[in-house]
Amino acid sequence: MTLTMLSGEPEVITVGADVLGEALDLQAVPRTRVDWRPPMPGTEADLARVLADPRRGRANETAVGRLVSARPQLVGVRPAHEVLDLPRGTFLHAGPPIEWERASGPMRGALIGAMLLEGLATDAADAEERLARGQARLDSCHHHRTVGPMAGVVTRSMWMFEVHDAEHGGTAYCSLNEGLGKVLRYGAYGPEVLRRLRWMAEVLGPALQATLERSGPLDLRALTAQSLQMGDELHNRNRAATSLLVRELAPEVVEAAPGHAAEVLRFINGNDHFFLNAGMAACKVSADAARNIPGSTMVVAMARNGTDFGVQVSGLGDRWFTGPAGVPDGLYLGAYGPDDANPDIGDSTITETAGLGGFAMAAAPAIVRFVGGDVSDAMAATRSMYEITLAEHPAYQIPGLDFRGTPVGVDVTLVARTGLLPTVNTGIAGRVAGTGQVGAGLVSPPASAFTTALTALAEAADHGNGSV
Amino acid sequence: MVRVRTGVYHDSVSLMRVSRTASALPGVEVAVVAMATELNLGIAAELGFDLPKAGPADLLIALRGGGADTLEAALAELDGLLAGLSATPAGGAAVEHPPHTVRAAARERAATLALVSVPGPYAFAEALDAVEAGLSVMIFSDNVPVEQEVLLKRRATELGVLVMGPDCGTAVIGGAGLGFANVLRPGPVGLVAASGTGAQQVACLLDHAGVGVSHVLGVGGRDLSADVGGLSTLRALEALDADPATELIVLISKPPAPEVARAVAETVAKLGTPVVTALLGPGQDDLTVATETALRALGAPVPAWPSWPAPGTAREHAGGLRGIYSGGTLCVEARLITGSGEFTDFGDDAYTVGRAHPMIDPTLRLEALAEVPPGEVVLLDVVLGHGADPDPAATLAPAIAGAAARGVTVVVALVGSEGDPQGLNAQAEALNAAGAAVFTSNAQAAGHAAEVVAGIAR
Repeated sequence: MTLTMLSGEPEVITVGADVLGEALDLQAVPRTRVDWRPPMPGTEADLARVLADPRRGRANETAVGRLVSARPQLVGVRPAHEVLDLPRGTFLHAGPPIEWERASGPMRGALIGAMLLEGLATDAADAEERLARGQARLDSCHHHRTVGPMAGVVTRSMWMFEVHDAEHGGTAYCSLNEGLGKVLRYGAYGPEVLRRLRWMAEVLGPALQATLERSGPLDLRALTAQSLQMGDELHNRNRAATSLLVRELAPEVVEAAPGHAAEVLRFINGNDHFFLNAGMAACKVSADAARNIPGSTMVVAMARNGTDFGVQVSGLGDRWFTGPAGVPDGLYLGAYGPDDANPDIGDSTITETAGLGGFAMAAAPAIVRFVGGDVSDAMAATRSMYEITLAEHPAYQIPGLDFRGTPVGVDVTLVARTGLLPTVNTGIAGRVAGTGQVGAGLVSPPASAFTTALTALAEAADHGNGSV
Repeated sequence: MVRVRTGVYHDSVSLMRVSRTASALPGVEVAVVAMATELNLGIAAELGFDLPKAGPADLLIALRGGGADTLEAALAELDGLLAGLSATPAGGAAVEHPPHTVRAAARERAATLALVSVPGPYAFAEALDAVEAGLSVMIFSDNVPVEQEVLLKRRATELGVLVMGPDCGTAVIGGAGLGFANVLRPGPVGLVAASGTGAQQVACLLDHAGVGVSHVLGVGGRDLSADVGGLSTLRALEALDADPATELIVLISKPPAPEVARAVAETVAKLGTPVVTALLGPGQDDLTVATETALRALGAPVPAWPSWPAPGTAREHAGGLRGIYSGGTLCVEARLITGSGEFTDFGDDAYTVGRAHPMIDPTLRLEALAEVPPGEVVLLDVVLGHGADPDPAATLAPAIAGAAARGVTVVVALVGSEGDPQGLNAQAEALNAAGAAVFTSNAQAAGHAAEVVAGIAR
């Protein structure tokens, strides 16, 4: 039985008292110094229990392996009522479950818009009163294999991207992106918002469905990989991905829907974020492939409803661990300022969950000013995320980091140990219902979402196998 | 003046140095610079500081002295010292983006082993990172729960690596000294030690005899207990047996639990390399005798162990014997040899919670030395090498001189090699000049002290 350290030159990783590391420097022994700090306060006992769980290593390997091996493909665009269990009067929303009483301005605005869109209220005041009386049933998108940006409200008449995982067989959905400005996902519900949504259901959705029937499945894994190399991080910058999507679909749109081709292509082309929703469904189907691995400490969902920030963890089933959603720090449109901002909202953090967005900032130097920083901040943001993730994505690479894979698979134990919270890029919604987007920036999740998840993992570790 | 800095972390030894420097700044009477752990908050409160809410992740700065301006100036000076702690000398990516965990370090950079010295409650995570990355690990930290030790060692056995520790004070791997490590010549003897200072004593005596070591593998003081079952000892013995540089193995430990002793004996019997066993206990050979056995096994001559007799003439001794030790094994060995006296091991976990090891921080031992009444005999160890106090005689020699002036007889066991950075001879001469009898063999020091107490030697 040999020990490799006994042969060859010693190279040492040191963590702790600097005096011991300096002693190695005096001996000219090569060493790597760990910049250690104590874990998040009060987590050491839970950490020890979770780290001692014999299932953890293999479970996390399985979980992150499934996440990065997923092969998301855009297979269709279909009405929500066909693919989701969504009776009249039931609305899905972003983030962990929430009731009307606790809902923020933009969430309420989007729900009012949903009532009007579905013909369940005569006007905004009527809609608000009915919602307050509990006449609509609300549920989290994530409970229905679905994600939605910002308020993320989904009604039965909306059309959805349908994304299939060719590797593991899962399916996920996301609504179609309405564009910027006054839109339902930012809580606007005026006549132009509803008019656009109706056009999307009557013209855009069917045209895209016919297009995809002609083109066959579109490989979103490949498209995402290419977009990263073209300067997108796939959360706040989707310009390259949207352009690639248009290039792929344009000929088929012309053939599939000749009567509407120009308006459909003009609409997609006029919205740099059109790809975001397809990308989110791709991230959702990938993350869902990693769910329910007993003992795994990997995050499979991060989502906000405008009031709470919630995470779900592979080894803990469908439980949510929440903390208060923070207000993003960023740049504001026009005369808007931080006082106009709503707390963090939307399921688009599924991109960070899958190793994109804030985690891939180093790939998108063009947006760093937009989110308030310089290029070195973007590099540092991505680099620091390697500290809290389990793997580097084999397909999603960052040219500026020598084609290193993006950091992927947030490990709750590493978040607690390092105190580093996931870096999230996000749009900022106005806090008053109906305002729309007021800015964009960076936001930190609440630490408590991760520490409560850690406590639950510790309890699950003590119960041993079969805790999911 | 009290300040709390959040999001700043420095290890306790570094902060102790800063505190010491800050206390010496002009106009500063009391300075506490420490992480705001419960213990440190307690210390500051006892010193009369009014403290805001703070936790172990916050840096506490508490200053008292003459005038607000003086303290502001001291604070500015202090900030400079703290900034100096964060600055890393070398260049490159490792410095710009230092990893925050052993896991991240092992993923990004080449390494053959990890050295963990974070506070005990946090050591498990870092050590497990190393083991899971396929690296052997030395855990210098103490106060690590035994169930965590067992888990780490089981995982290490599965993955073919070695866990040295917890509470492993010394190791030498391929010439690199880790923890408290003496500068030793390379040679044919491999050491497996459940005791840091025991290993240092044997290795330094071998060095005095001109014989070097291949590797010194610490296993931690609990390894041979029934709970741990000798997991690391067995693995270290087998690894040294397979190591071509090792011709003879010396195993150093307190007497193991009986079932563990059987397992060790079975393994030893299977090895191709001869093993000399030094088990510290009643009726067993002391470390010096075990070293001499090892030398004879190698066919090497046994020299006279260097010593420096006390200057001056013998005194009358009415009092008893006190052992003021920093090394646990040296303390046990001395107690066994003297057979009487009051011994304290200041390196024990009970004395190191929230404070540095006495080989780094002499405060508690100096206090104990100052309290020895006239007429008594004091036996103490001074351990040299990397990691230890860079000049222990600087604080000890005046204290010894003071004790000698009170009529206290001081005997020192000086564990060090000629190559150690402190300079063995310079340290011995300074301690000797202050009035102490100095021995490089702890057993001989203890024997001498016993003779002084019995009135048959000076």
